[in-house]
Amino acid sequence: MEKFVSVEQANMSFKTKHGSFIALKDVNVSIREGEFVTLIGHSGCGKSTLLNMVAGLLQPSSGVLLCAGREIAGPGPDRGVVFQNHSLLPWLTCAENVYLAVERVFGATESKAQLKARTLKALELVQLSHAADKRPNEISGGMKQRVGIARALSMEPKVLLLDEPFGALDALTRAHLQDELLKIVTKTGSTVLMVTHDVDEAVLLSDRIVMMTNGPAATVGDIVEVNLARPRERLALVKDNRYHELRGRVLEFLYQKQLRPAA
Amino acid sequence: MSAAILTHEKFVTDAPAPASAPVAAVKAEPVDLPPPVRRHTPLVERYQEEIAEFLRHAIPIAFGMVLFVVAWALVAKGSALPGPVKTWHSAVQVFGDPFYRKGPNDQGIGWNILNSLGRVGIGFGLAALIGIPLGFMIGRFRFLAGMTSPIVSLLRPVSPLAWLPIGLLVFKAANPAAIWVIFISSIWPMIINTAAGVREVPQDYLNVAKVLNLSEWKVFTRILFPAVLPFMLTGIRLAIGVAWLVIVAAEMLTGGVGIGFWVWDEWNNLNVEHIIIAIFTVGIVGFLLEQALMLLARRFEYR
Repeated sequence: MEKFVSVEQANMSFKTKHGSFIALKDVNVSIREGEFVTLIGHSGCGKSTLLNMVAGLLQPSSGVLLCAGREIAGPGPDRGVVFQNHSLLPWLTCAENVYLAVERVFGATESKAQLKARTLKALELVQLSHAADKRPNEISGGMKQRVGIARALSMEPKVLLLDEPFGALDALTRAHLQDELLKIVTKTGSTVLMVTHDVDEAVLLSDRIVMMTNGPAATVGDIVEVNLARPRERLALVKDNRYHELRGRVLEFLYQKQLRPAA
Repeated sequence: MSAAILTHEKFVTDAPAPASAPVAAVKAEPVDLPPPVRRHTPLVERYQEEIAEFLRHAIPIAFGMVLFVVAWALVAKGSALPGPVKTWHSAVQVFGDPFYRKGPNDQGIGWNILNSLGRVGIGFGLAALIGIPLGFMIGRFRFLAGMTSPIVSLLRPVSPLAWLPIGLLVFKAANPAAIWVIFISSIWPMIINTAAGVREVPQDYLNVAKVLNLSEWKVFTRILFPAVLPFMLTGIRLAIGVAWLVIVAAEMLTGGVGIGFWVWDEWNNLNVEHIIIAIFTVGIVGFLLEQALMLLARRFEYR
C-alpha cells in the first residue's frame, strides 16, 4: 500500500494549568493517493487535533507526519483546509475569498486573467457562480461552506482536509452538500481526510473510516474498510445490506465500545 | 467596546439531528419554491407608516427641547443669566456675520470655529499618524505590549491640561502648545483601541492566513487591517470627542483665535449671551463630528 499521507507514532500533548494533557497517543494513520478517509469519534477525542496536525497548524509533540513523502513542517498550499465555521473573510466577496487562495498559489506563474478564470472555475465546481460577487453574510450557511470548499479546491491541493465541514448545517442542507462533495471528489480525484461525527456521512463518503477512542490519550481504535462500489447513490445505499452492516459496525464501536457517560 | 462587531453572525445553529432520522431518504435536490409574492401597499398607506415612524422619533425630541427652553427661561428670569429670546437675538446677530475681522482679538464666530477645528485637526491627525501604527505594533507584539503598557496606564489618566506647561516650555509658543495638548489627549484612545482590535482578530481568520500561507503584507491588507478597522474607528471617535472637549479649555489658557478663547474673551466683556452661544456651538460641532464618524464606521461593519 502506497502511503500518500502518513501519520507515524504521533503524540500530542498540551500544557494546561494542571500539568500536561495528553490528547493523542501513538496515532498511526496512512492515506493512499485518491483515497477518502474519515476520522470519527466522540467529541473531544482529538480528531480535529489530528487534522490540524496534518494541516500543519499544530506540531506533534513527538512522531512524524508526512505528506507526499515530505515531512509536514507547517501549513502549506499542498493541503487545502475547509474549516467547520467556513472562515470566509466577511469583507471580501465570495470570488475575492477564493481569489486570495488562487493568487497565493498560482500568482507567481500565471496572469491575472488566468487567476480569475481559476477562481470562477472553482466557484462553478461548487455551483456558486451566481454568488461570486456576494459577501459571505449575504448567502446561506450551506453556500458559505461551499465557498470554503471552492477556496480549498482552487489551490489544487494534494490533500483536501475537511474539519466537520457540514457540522453546523441542518440535515437537509448537509445531505445535499454530501452529495455535492461526492460528485466533486469523483471529478477531481482528490485525496481527502475528513473529520466527522456523523456515521451516515462517514459511510456514504469514505473508502475507510478511522475510528478514534475517547480521550485523553486517544488513539486509533479500529478501521473500517468501506468496500461499497462507486459512484454511490444515497437512495440505493439505503437498500444495500452491506451499507447497514458497515453503519452498524461504526455505531457499535461508538456506542458500545467507546460509549462515554452523557455529558 | 465594539467587540461584537467582529464576531460572526451564526446563520444556522448546530442542532443535532436525531440519530435515527432517515437522512438517506431525503431527496437532495433543492426544491424550487415559487417566488414570494410582493405585497403592494398603496402609497398613502406606506407614507402613513413613515410619518408615524417619524413622529415616534420627533415627538419626544420636541418635548425635550421645549421643556429645556422653558426651564432655561424660568431659571433666567430674575437672574443675571440671559434668557432664550435674548440669546436667540444675539445668535442671529453673531451668525449673521460670521467671517468679519476687526483685529486679532475680534473676529467672527466662523473664524473662531475654523481655527479651533484646525488645531484639533492637526493635533488629532498627528495622534492618528503615530497612535494607530503604534497600536498595531503593540497589539501584534507581546513584548512591545509589555513594554508600553505601564507607560500608557500611567499617562492616560492625566488631565490633558496638565500637559500644557510642557508644551509651552518645549514649543515656546501658544498655538503649538494647544495642538500638543490635543495630540497627547487624543492619542491614548487610538493606541488602546487599535491594539485591542489587533488582539481580538478572530483566530479563524489567522488560521486562514496560515493555511493559505499568505505573505505578511497580504495578512495585513486582507485580514488584519479590515478586521481591526471597526476598532480603530471606535478609537478615532473617542479621540475626536476628547480632542473637541479639550480644545475649549486649552484655548482659554493659550489665547489666540478660537472658540475657547472667544468664550474667555466674552467673559471678560461680560457678554453672557455670547458664552451661551459658544456653548451651543461647541456642542453642535462636537455632535456633527461624532455623527460623521459614526456614519463612516457604519460603512465598515461586516455583519
